[in-house]
Amino acid sequence: MKKILNTPVSDSDLQDIRIGDVIYLNGHIVTCRDVAHRRLIEYGRELPVDVRGGAIFHAGPIVRKLEDGKYEMVSIGPTTSMRMEKFEKEFIRETGVKVIVGKGGMASKTVEGCREYKAIHCVFPAGCAVLAATEVEEIERVEWTDLGMPEALWLSRIKEFGPLIVSIDVHGGNLFEQNKIDFNKRREEEFTKICEHIRFIK
Amino acid sequence: MDKTQQVQSMTETLSKFIAYFGKVLPDDIRQKLEELRKIETTPMAALIYDTMFKNQELAAKLNRPSCQDTGVIQFFARVGTRFPLIDDLSEIFRNSVLDATKHAPLRHNSVETFDEYNTGLNVGYRTPSIDWEIVPKSDKLDVDIYMAGGGCTLPGRAMVLMPGAGYEGVADFVLDVMTSYGPNACPPLLVGVGVATSVETAAILSKRALMRPLGSHNPNEKAALMERELTKAIDAIGLGPQGLKGERSVMGVHIENAARHPSTIGVAVNTGCWSHRRGNIAFGPDLTYTIVSHKEAVL
Repeated sequence: MKKILNTPVSDSDLQDIRIGDVIYLNGHIVTCRDVAHRRLIEYGRELPVDVRGGAIFHAGPIVRKLEDGKYEMVSIGPTTSMRMEKFEKEFIRETGVKVIVGKGGMASKTVEGCREYKAIHCVFPAGCAVLAATEVEEIERVEWTDLGMPEALWLSRIKEFGPLIVSIDVHGGNLFEQNKIDFNKRREEEFTKICEHIRFIK
Repeated sequence: MDKTQQVQSMTETLSKFIAYFGKVLPDDIRQKLEELRKIETTPMAALIYDTMFKNQELAAKLNRPSCQDTGVIQFFARVGTRFPLIDDLSEIFRNSVLDATKHAPLRHNSVETFDEYNTGLNVGYRTPSIDWEIVPKSDKLDVDIYMAGGGCTLPGRAMVLMPGAGYEGVADFVLDVMTSYGPNACPPLLVGVGVATSVETAAILSKRALMRPLGSHNPNEKAALMERELTKAIDAIGLGPQGLKGERSVMGVHIENAARHPSTIGVAVNTGCWSHRRGNIAFGPDLTYTIVSHKEAVL
């Protein structure tokens, strides 16, 4: 059975979720990436969308403006979350966001933020932007349009948005960092092996 | 057709082709992904491959760019000096991007540096980027067009090694990029490696390496051996789809090389994500064209 979270999300909703779990999200999600993080944390500008208990998506979509003035979500997939590592712990503290969706791993500061302020980071399979767009029911609002299409804050109503693979949980778990330990170990073994074959300078 | 009509017709063809290959992956990539999907065994890898394939079906069905990040379009043109529209090609490329941006639609991905604003047009100062190779006495054009998202552009690295580091140093450099940046760059990856003298000579070769079709090999036997060995090594690291572990990490490793200065080894790495949106189209002097990368494409 699908594990579905609904926004607003409470601390207790996240208690039993562990890294490697697959969940889906109902409710609202707002795109929020590089410049929006910088504006909030470095310039102290208030985020024009209240995300307390909510979800943000590290993503820059393709959006089409329709004749009735509304917007259609054409294609929206996750962007590299690590770019937001610099800001994310403070972002979680300032905004009270509960679910961060993106691509790839995040590092120790975000893990601290997720543990201290109770939030999770999830991965939407990257490059799967049309699937994600079909899980958006409607774009309800857009803010900070001066940033251009990819960077503006697009607030969407979503239905069974996922699969979302939990990469950081509220217990300090970090799936990508855990995997990296194995990757690095194997890398050392493979490096020793490959050197046998490529000593071309003699 | 007079010249103006020819320019317009070629612009339209390229615009349609750009829109098309943003929605449908090239034949070699699709085949390789099918192959890799079967090799993976864990439920997580299966879930991710299922999601990827479902996405590609939806993209074709709904006629939408399969990944939202449609890149800063890059052209790699091998142009004959006698190709009739050689003088107009820069403008044709630029206008085809402008047109495709509206009709595909593509994401607005040109942010002017220093002034820091998005042009909203998907073209800007020196974008789209064009890499020219001149072919003497030819009247043809063969062009690769590429959409690289930010995710697989971020791992790009280049440096100049001392010869003492040898090809072992090259392998070390490549493997480092794989473990540090690979998981976030949307594996299974296509890895392009340039080996030359300096950062820029190696870097352009590493990107041209990504334009080679899968299954092609470097004509130098030792370079081809290194392609195979790096493929084995990176696969054994086990990045899996999306960097969430698996049996395989790459779709391939391509090395392009040039002679080097005796005192240096320039090395560069570029990565292509699983959604490797590359289009290869060849024009004759009468502007009839063949789409090489996508056999079933109809524009």
